[in-house]
Amino acid sequence: MSNESTSPAPAGAPVGRRVVLGLLGLGAAGVAAGPSLSNFFGRLAGALSAHDPTGLSALIPGAGWRYYTVTSGFPYKPPATYRLTVTGNVSRELTLTTDDLKGRPRTRLTADFQCVTGWRVPNVRWEGVRLSELLDEAGADSDQHAVQFVSYDGAYTESLTMDEARRSDVLVVDTLDGKPIGRAHGGPVRMLIAPMYGYKSCKWLSEIRVTPKVIPGYWERLGYDQDAWVGRSNGRDDAPTT
Amino acid sequence: MTATATAKPDTLPRFTRAERWVHRTTGALVAVLTATGAVLYYEPFALAVGRRPLVEGLHIAAGLLLPVPAIVGAFASTSLRTDFVILGRMTRTDWQWLRRNDRRIARLPVDKFNGGQKLASAVLLGGLLVLFGTGLLLIAPVRIDLPVGMRQGATIVHDLFTFAVLLLLAGHAWLAVRHPEARRALRTGRMDRRYAESEYAGWAREVQRKR
Repeated sequence: MSNESTSPAPAGAPVGRRVVLGLLGLGAAGVAAGPSLSNFFGRLAGALSAHDPTGLSALIPGAGWRYYTVTSGFPYKPPATYRLTVTGNVSRELTLTTDDLKGRPRTRLTADFQCVTGWRVPNVRWEGVRLSELLDEAGADSDQHAVQFVSYDGAYTESLTMDEARRSDVLVVDTLDGKPIGRAHGGPVRMLIAPMYGYKSCKWLSEIRVTPKVIPGYWERLGYDQDAWVGRSNGRDDAPTT
Repeated sequence: MTATATAKPDTLPRFTRAERWVHRTTGALVAVLTATGAVLYYEPFALAVGRRPLVEGLHIAAGLLLPVPAIVGAFASTSLRTDFVILGRMTRTDWQWLRRNDRRIARLPVDKFNGGQKLASAVLLGGLLVLFGTGLLLIAPVRIDLPVGMRQGATIVHDLFTFAVLLLLAGHAWLAVRHPEARRALRTGRMDRRYAESEYAGWAREVQRKR
């Protein structure tokens, strides 16, 4: 079918083009309005999930947690065989079971959890042991400047300066919203760096290592900020979480 | 429900091999995108399947390949290009077809596609383009300093448009189930003449006039 002389001009109005361009405009506007659009759906999902026994409200875009791993699959060590070690430049290394953590002075903390990609889960209730207490117990050398967190997923690491690590809102947690931390959330034990973006809170924690200087973690090597204060890093202006 | 017809098979040529091939490969890519997307999005599926980098890689590969069949087909096949032109334009008949309750029996001079198919294909194309664009934003390396909030916007728009497109595709599948003649046309390339004369009267007349 030749398109010039023989066939007449196509009949009808170019509605298809208008619809496509309209949708592209809608999509672009949505991207531009991203944070508020996202928060709107997050609040909607939060309101619905309170009355939703099926759990299907978790399917609403913008609802609560999103799950990330950087390795193949979600790793998991059951609490019975789980061990956490505190190593590096310490005067005595610690090897802790989940019961050992339960037996130490416990700290509870409620804070929003903010991801650097924008989603935020309000009022998450965490419970665990202050990192500073484990560092004291292990006798972390006072001339050491950093702490590294190693995940048993085999790839993920994170790190803080010693000053950051000793803050009272930096916890080794095993309880989330009143329940033991499960596989998807990085259980049985993970970090919580409450004032920083989520990527700092290393999941599936297996080792806490005291090091002479800061060793950039998984995401820092890909471009995220080392000092990841919520609202004051990574070019973002979210409300602080603590 | 077989088409044991008279001595002469009473069908009209509707889709060339290129048209059928584009439909099939695009459909397969959408199926891969849906399955992998569900695993990436929904925690119970993510936990059951694991292998996130593999799933993610498949999703990205299928997404990047999604426009390829239609583009290659448009270069290679005149009939597919003609389909695109017809789909893009709404005639008075198409609006009538949309408005009238007796559309299925009114024998309106509908061209190769009816008004519903035309609007649906435009919405689908627009939706898929938005998914493609926001998908590109989502896989942009961290080092590229996108404006604040853009990744978040791309995420929520990608999610919302996914649900809208899936709703549309559910309707597409439902209509396909209800119209076995249309399915057979996409499988064999030929459409039952009587069905064509009732659903696409204008097109059926044109095709038979040319022969």
